[in-house]
Amino acid sequence: MREYFRNTWLGIYTVLVGMKITFKHLFTPAVTIQYPEVKLKLPERERNRLYVNMDDCIGCDQCSRACPVNCIEIETVKSIPGEDLGVTSNGKKKALWVTKFNIDFAKCCYCQLCVFPCPTECIYMTDVFEFSEYNRNDLIYKFATLTEEEAKEKRINFEKFTAEKEAQKTAAAAKLKEDQKTAS
Amino acid sequence: MYEYFYELTGNTILSTLIVAIFPLLNVLIVALIGVYLERKVSARIQDRIGPNRTGPFGLFQTIADFVKMLQKEDATAKDIDSKLYNIAPVLVFTGSFAVYAAIPFSSKLIGSEVEVGLFYVIAISSLVVGGILMAGWASNNKYSLLGAMRSAAQIISYEIPTAIIVLSIVMITGTLSLDKISNMQTAYFWNWNILGGAEFGLTKFLLIPFMIVGFIIIFISTLAEVNRTPFDIPEAESELVAGYFTEYCGMKWAMFMLSEYGNMFAVSAIVSILFFGGYHSPIGYLGNSLGIEWLIPFEQAFWFLAKGWTFILIQIWLRWTLPRLRVDQLMSLCWKYLIPYAFVNLIVIGIILLL
Ligand code: SF4
Ligand code: SF4
Repeated sequence: MREYFRNTWLGIYTVLVGMKITFKHLFTPAVTIQYPEVKLKLPERERNRLYVNMDDCIGCDQCSRACPVNCIEIETVKSIPGEDLGVTSNGKKKALWVTKFNIDFAKCCYCQLCVFPCPTECIYMTDVFEFSEYNRNDLIYKFATLTEEEAKEKRINFEKFTAEKEAQKTAAAAKLKEDQKTAS
Repeated sequence: MYEYFYELTGNTILSTLIVAIFPLLNVLIVALIGVYLERKVSARIQDRIGPNRTGPFGLFQTIADFVKMLQKEDATAKDIDSKLYNIAPVLVFTGSFAVYAAIPFSSKLIGSEVEVGLFYVIAISSLVVGGILMAGWASNNKYSLLGAMRSAAQIISYEIPTAIIVLSIVMITGTLSLDKISNMQTAYFWNWNILGGAEFGLTKFLLIPFMIVGFIIIFISTLAEVNRTPFDIPEAESELVAGYFTEYCGMKWAMFMLSEYGNMFAVSAIVSILFFGGYHSPIGYLGNSLGIEWLIPFEQAFWFLAKGWTFILIQIWLRWTLPRLRVDQLMSLCWKYLIPYAFVNLIVIGIILLL
């Protein structure tokens, strides 16, 4: 019988305690952050969208090889003598035209493995994380600074150069043969 | 009200329809504001903000939801019993809406001044059980059926303590008419039944503690009858999806929701009529002291709605405080605690009244 009244009392009492707590919370300020208007500061080493500083990129393809999902596509064209591509900020001489540098962020898993092998530290994480698109192809970011025509020009230049070199080589070889013939 | 419109139109059916619009409007408004308040209060209790994008303070959120509901396709499952399936929401809504016929909103706004109003209210609200069982059975879904069975067991069990407390009120007032019960508690708040009724004397003071116990019991059991948390096992979202209306969508689902909020206000109204003076003001009427006769019914309507909303707010507050009861706990609360207490209460009140 005592148990019975104790239960009754406990039931009422605990409900009142709970109601008091919720009543207090009714007037505590909300902890909600109004996201698009208010944003939290991101942590220091956050991993979001990549950025490539093409002024520093030497086209060494190391990032592309490090990527576990192969989402970086790089195409390069060798420069011909006489073309000056400038130097990177840490003093490396550039020797390749980067004609294509695409990163497909639909595939990227933000593992940051591409960042470390870069010899000039020109590929790195930014703090941009809101870049959703309606079309998957819009997620392929093109970083190459050369335009189509320029890239074509460089390619033709290089082909011409190799062809010339090839011609010179064959001419030289032919000359060598002739010389040998006359000598014998 | 009815007489007024009857004189105006001279047509019984038309005037009845016009009078019936007021409670319908009330139910709609209760549902609109109730859902909004529920979201806001729950958000505040959990230290969130709640809806705040649709209109100022998110006020139009429920209206937007309602428009969305209207546009929805009326999708139905293949193996339902379509006759029962279609009747059920109408029946549930009818059950909760018919209660309003006997509820006095003010001395001038009563659907029907029946002498057995209280009896009618208790009887007609049981119609809801039938609707719920139908919905659960016709949906051909395990969750729905489980929810419906639980609901039937719960509503029927909790009707007993409600009825006993109602009986003790009837013993004190000597009438079943809701209007007369309200009128007995007129003028000031010390005439309210929870403070022992209007008759001044020893009985009044002896009655007070038992009336408070009675109020607590009837509040708990009406809460269970309208399936509100902590007694929401029939529609327990986390275990039964949505209970008996799992298979419903669009407007049919909205009917269930509407009847739930209609029920909430109805039981709040009943409790306030039985214990808190119904539509009567606790502090006297402005219309009386200023000598403006026509102001009084409006004041009465205001006080009635204010009392009803107070109880709705308490229900919402409770919902976001307490966890759901288990089925066995639910039954033991009803049969082992509420019913014995209600019986003892009834007997003691009887003895006090004999003094
Ligand atoms: S972050 Fe990882 S997945 Fe993304 S491009 Fe770099 S290496 Fe590839
Ligand atoms: S590793 Fe750095 S320098 Fe090399 S291709 Fe990638 S971005 Fe360019």
